[in-house]
Amino acid sequence: MSSQETPQENLPAERADDEHGAVAVPGEKDPFADPGLPPHEHRIQDIDERAAKRSERTVALLFTLSMLSTVAFIAAFVAIPVDKSIYVFPLGRISALNFALGMTLGVALFAIGAGAVHWARTLMSDVELADERHAIEATPEVKAKVMEDFRQGAKESALGRRKLIRNTMFGALALFPLSGVVLLRDLGPLPEDKLRHTLWRKGKLLVNMNTDEPLRPSDVAVGSLTFAKPEGLEEHDHDFQNEIAKSALMIVRIQPDDIKDKQELEWSHQGIVAYSKICTHVGCPISLYEQQTHHVLCPCHQSTFDLSDGARVIFGPAGHALPQLRIGVNDEGYLEALGDFEEPVGPAFWERG
Amino acid sequence: MSTSHDDDRRKAPAGERVADWADGRLGIYGLAKANMRKIFPDHWSFMLGEICLYSFIIIILTGVYLTLFFHPSMNEIEYHGSYVPMQGQLMSEAYASTLDISFDVRGGLLIRQIHHWAAIIFLAGMFVHMMRVFFTGAFRKPREINWLFGFLLFVLGMFTGFTGYSLPDDLLSGTGVRFTQGAILATPIVGTYISMFLFGGEFPGGDFVARFYSIHILLLPGIMLGLVVGHLILVFYHKHTQFAGAGRSNKNVVGMPLLPVYMAKAGGFFFLVFGFIAMLSAVASINPIWVLGPYRADQVSTGAQPDWYMGFAEGLIRAMPGWEINFAGHTLVLGVFIPLVIFGLFLGVIALYPFIESWITGDKREHHILDRPRNAPTRTAFGVAWITAYMIMLIGGGNDIIATSFHMSINAVTWFVRIGFFAGPVIAFIVTKRICLGLQRRDKDKVLHGRESGIIKRLPHGEFVEVHEPLSQEQLHVLTAHEQYEPAEIGPTVDENGVERKVKAPQKLKSRLSKAYYGEDGQIPKPTAEEYQEITSGHGHH
Amino acid sequence: MKKLSARRRHPLAAVVVLLIALAATGGIYTLVAPPDKAKADETAQTLTIEEGQKLYAVGCASCHGTGGKGTTDGPSLVGVGAAAVDFQVGTGRMPAQQPGAQVPKKKNIYSQAEIDQLAAYIASLGAGPTVPTENQYSPEGADIAEGGELFRTNCAQCHNFTGKGGALTNGKYAPTLEDVDPKHLYEAMETGPQNMPSFPDTTLTEQNKKDIIAYLDEVNSDKSESPGGLELGGLGPVSEGLFGWVFGLGGLIAVAVWVAARTAKARKS
Repeated sequence: MSSQETPQENLPAERADDEHGAVAVPGEKDPFADPGLPPHEHRIQDIDERAAKRSERTVALLFTLSMLSTVAFIAAFVAIPVDKSIYVFPLGRISALNFALGMTLGVALFAIGAGAVHWARTLMSDVELADERHAIEATPEVKAKVMEDFRQGAKESALGRRKLIRNTMFGALALFPLSGVVLLRDLGPLPEDKLRHTLWRKGKLLVNMNTDEPLRPSDVAVGSLTFAKPEGLEEHDHDFQNEIAKSALMIVRIQPDDIKDKQELEWSHQGIVAYSKICTHVGCPISLYEQQTHHVLCPCHQSTFDLSDGARVIFGPAGHALPQLRIGVNDEGYLEALGDFEEPVGPAFWERG
Repeated sequence: MSTSHDDDRRKAPAGERVADWADGRLGIYGLAKANMRKIFPDHWSFMLGEICLYSFIIIILTGVYLTLFFHPSMNEIEYHGSYVPMQGQLMSEAYASTLDISFDVRGGLLIRQIHHWAAIIFLAGMFVHMMRVFFTGAFRKPREINWLFGFLLFVLGMFTGFTGYSLPDDLLSGTGVRFTQGAILATPIVGTYISMFLFGGEFPGGDFVARFYSIHILLLPGIMLGLVVGHLILVFYHKHTQFAGAGRSNKNVVGMPLLPVYMAKAGGFFFLVFGFIAMLSAVASINPIWVLGPYRADQVSTGAQPDWYMGFAEGLIRAMPGWEINFAGHTLVLGVFIPLVIFGLFLGVIALYPFIESWITGDKREHHILDRPRNAPTRTAFGVAWITAYMIMLIGGGNDIIATSFHMSINAVTWFVRIGFFAGPVIAFIVTKRICLGLQRRDKDKVLHGRESGIIKRLPHGEFVEVHEPLSQEQLHVLTAHEQYEPAEIGPTVDENGVERKVKAPQKLKSRLSKAYYGEDGQIPKPTAEEYQEITSGHGHH
Repeated sequence: MKKLSARRRHPLAAVVVLLIALAATGGIYTLVAPPDKAKADETAQTLTIEEGQKLYAVGCASCHGTGGKGTTDGPSLVGVGAAAVDFQVGTGRMPAQQPGAQVPKKKNIYSQAEIDQLAAYIASLGAGPTVPTENQYSPEGADIAEGGELFRTNCAQCHNFTGKGGALTNGKYAPTLEDVDPKHLYEAMETGPQNMPSFPDTTLTEQNKKDIIAYLDEVNSDKSESPGGLELGGLGPVSEGLFGWVFGLGGLIAVAVWVAARTAKARKS
């Protein structure tokens, strides 16, 4: 009892535990003793045949209702056109077929269930019965027999004695799943620098997402919001989704005096700034632009960025500012990119740095 | 064949002959002997698990139907089906075939809605079922493994639901998948690789629908089916728990036999659940993907949420501040990674709770009588605190909807969630424990002094007293049937020879926890027979 | 139409019909009556602006300052154009009742004639977007599917998939677009009221706007269908989850209580 090596079960805590079960002293004088199962009381159906008959009719009625409902289901399936809509108060204008099929199927099934349960509740015996429980643990004799069998088997296998067999077998078993792991290699390419580049590069025009026309500075008014994609990217292109997921732009125009961040102003064209539309948190297209505050909010997790201050994070779970695209105007007067984004767009990742 | 049978056999009715045939090959009589009249106790809360089982079956049935029409492909096509507002739009085949199921396949919309409503109810049912098991202590020996099976079913159900929600490739689910991809990227070291392998390259790529499809219809449900079967076998094997009552002990189970009552009730309940969900699907729309539009990586809608069972994870993500550490050319995205870790720990702690509690009590006996939650105040308080944290995060996951519905600032709601996640569980723990102790005191009072009858009696000398009616024998038994543990003591740290004994930290922790659970502040000592006799013998002459 | 036919037996129906008839007569008269030359128009225009100025002095000047120059309580109105006035006053947002995160929509207290006068006055302060003609905003001849795609690109991020509204920062919000007059939808896109950015014709063409209006008319108006049944607010998984818990699981638990309950015993007597 004095050393810290004392086995757990010898500690006082465990000894006290052994007496846990002690409920009020059992015995004849126990005022809280279990009175035992109460005598069975009859239901009205048990003593009154008319009541039992009524129950029988109710159950039969429910089963009949189910049959009728199934017939109605088939009728509705055949008769109601798939595109017919009806007005049902208070549901609104809904599909007639969906409503009819759902209700008839629902009633057909529910009535079977209700009939069965009513039958069980009113007509089947409701005398409570008791089952004895038996300990799940094996008796010591059984356990001893199992242990003996195991020892015998282990001995006959000689696994413990022939170490060479044992070790090579474990080695083989440990190695072979590697083939399965290797097979997964071709699920996808290696990341390389894929997350670092977008379609933007010097001279690419900013194309209005709505009209497919290249944008001029005069198209972008103060307080307006425009979405743009790189010139040459079309919705029908097979890699459109992957590319737009990285290169989508959000363009706003801010009075140059209101732009607080120096680099932002430098990278803008007369107050026209182009930011990545992809949130730096987990990549939702962020574009809830408030034109008076210049805040832009992500609808997914409410990261809020200040577009007048380098798009820095002012609220929410995003970890860094939205990347800005450096833009200018080409000889023909169209807005163009002056290079790719200088940092990876979208969510941060381990290699981002 | 019949010529080889003896006369007895030939006279047996057809059903019996079939059974004989099967018994000769499967040994069904031995099985039926133990189980045909197996007793199941009746209580509505014992049917929560049945709701889950039946909705699982419904999901499988309707899911098989949906696979007949769904095309798990991300090939872009132009839509020319019957839904006008999508005419000519580019979309994946997955989305187009979901539109077809909804508008061109007769009954397709109904089956889709049954599938989705059943999934919502399946997960909600598992949550409530799990809490019922938790608060009544039904997870104690010998049912810890079944508790884990159930827990795994809940977690796998979450992911099966999530992969299913992603299949139609609509704008809402695509946003959810984008989030998943962003979260994977946040995983230190391996994040980018896992993302590239899962999506077959960059997001969104052209593979994830097909891959999620095989996960959703084969891998996860296959595992779940196995776990469900194991869960049910263990329920049969352990026999069901029951509440204390007249004639109900730790050594028996009282109720109705499987054949016929329970078979009719349980079988009937399957039809009730199926019928109910079918009617629900007739009247209430769920996930109307046609108004959501096909997924485009540059489009989004406000109110982008996952289904409710992922809402808790969504809340963690939304409430987390944007911490990010850059060092040595690497980025540690704590703003996303910490919520992922908390998500796992938070679920893990409830999974491991049975083992923690049995470590504290050191109890190695089987328990088949359920606790009333009040009689395990610390456990109940812990459970309520856990649910409180869960619910607060659920609110966090819907913070934008809450903000607009109740005209509040979304920032204020987020701050409430941030603070509430820490303060809420503490308050809930304290309040719940006090309520439990109060209820225990009331029970004790009832046992010792009887039930307040509401009848006022005037005594000859003018005093007014309220008549207390003594409880029935059954009530007395029920109110005192619970066991009360003693707190574990470490004992003196200095032995009789004056040598100091070192006590290991786990022992100290265990002792402290045991005291919190079963010490003076942890429970109200239940009335003893002596107390009762003393008071009742005096009371008679009141 | 359904609403209209349902109300035709209303006691006031006759009065309404009479008023419409009178208005129509007046309208036809102005159309048929010979135009009184440009000069008369000009005089009328001046008169309108004067009327507008009077209304402005009473209802708007306290915040927006005399001559629409703006004060600390309200922005300058020079150059916002008639469309902005028609939207703000027509939807009841202006005059604002009280300061707050955002000025809500409320019952409009001005007649359309008064709004036109106000708009004319403000337009006279500086050129800006004009009130669109019905031809511009009517959903006739628009491409609904195209409108849907445009809506999801430009609008859904704030207003939700079908324009049910959504939250913005610090108590601001994007309002629901249900049953908003097409003219007001058009004006809102054109002018960008409050914190909403504008979508001028250079970034979102007239036809684009028309398509968007047609899409909203299809998915978010009286005549919109919800094939699956109750729309549950059209808010997505949050309301669906709540409904599933309360009515789905709640209903099933109620059924379970019935299944498990003891059947009533016969009275002992």
